[in-house]
Amino acid sequence: MAKDKQQVVVSIYPDWCKGCGICAAFCPGEVLELGPDGKARVVQGATCRNCGFCEHHCPDFAIVVKTKRRIANNREVDHAHEG
Amino acid sequence: MAEVTQLIHHYLRHNKRFPHVLCPGCGHGIVLGSLVRSVHQLGLTKDEVVLVAGIGCSGRIAVYVDFNTVHTTHGRTLTFATGIKMANPRLKVIAVMGDGDALSIGGNHFLHAARRNIGVTALILNNNIYGMTGGQSSSTTAENCYSTTSPYGQQEQSFDIVELAKAAGAPYVARSTVLHVKLLDRIITTALARPGFNLVEVLTPCHTQFGRKNKFKTTVDMYKWYKKNAIPLDSLSKLPQEEQNQRTPIGIFVEENRPSLEERYAAITCRLEEASK
Repeated sequence: MAKDKQQVVVSIYPDWCKGCGICAAFCPGEVLELGPDGKARVVQGATCRNCGFCEHHCPDFAIVVKTKRRIANNREVDHAHEG
Repeated sequence: MAEVTQLIHHYLRHNKRFPHVLCPGCGHGIVLGSLVRSVHQLGLTKDEVVLVAGIGCSGRIAVYVDFNTVHTTHGRTLTFATGIKMANPRLKVIAVMGDGDALSIGGNHFLHAARRNIGVTALILNNNIYGMTGGQSSSTTAENCYSTTSPYGQQEQSFDIVELAKAAGAPYVARSTVLHVKLLDRIITTALARPGFNLVEVLTPCHTQFGRKNKFKTTVDMYKWYKKNAIPLDSLSKLPQEEQNQRTPIGIFVEENRPSLEERYAAITCRLEEASK
């Protein structure tokens, strides 16, 4: 897991988040917190350990943890379609 | 690692309104996610799976997933599931029930489904209360817990679902909480792959109706309570006796192989057909 550190992007769909705070309370890297609007937000993405806890425990399926490599690959695919 | 959210989104009915109707922090969403991951891991197609749900908050789960779904009458989840399985044994039938649905009004059906060993995976989402109707005491509300109908504390003894299923003769009995998702995934995947009646009890918090009346300030406190109180079955015996009574064991309690009803039914049909030739 440590190898993948800093190669991960955590994104949150604010429309689906209900602000229960499970992700923020249990995140081992303290990546997430509840913002002033009551919804989860990423505060320090660099400390993400890529454990997947938030993604597995979000009852509203509002968190996605993606490796940067995968995102880059997806972009290439998109460009291929455009070209 | 994970990238499971997109996988779950693939199995949802996107014409339904999202986010779903369940309260913030309700564990039912986590169970839904775990169920989808287990179905995906076993490589089942959407058409092979039948999700039968009863009445209550847990009944909403069937609405959101793109399997064959049936939303049945209160307490009769297992009877509908039994009919579906007997009519077409090739389908994977999953019954999702709440504690009130499975044990109070449907208690009789629950005992008989376990006794018959019909090939249904029964998920009981136990939140210790009747959540949808306003927080009345259910048969799993623990002693001295507060609810709308027990403002001075519940005076009745509660059911232990695992012991009940064991006594009724279920060949697979397991329990997990929504905090222990890895265990929950493993249990549901095993249960779905097995023939016969498989019972999975999932402890899920209901902060809106149960937590607020029982000194849990936030939903997260309820999850922390699970973290503190749930203990794997094999480490339970290492604790002193007094502490054992206060903890909730999680894991697989019974795992036996017995011929299921639909297998026996197919065998006897075959035998009779041959005899009549």
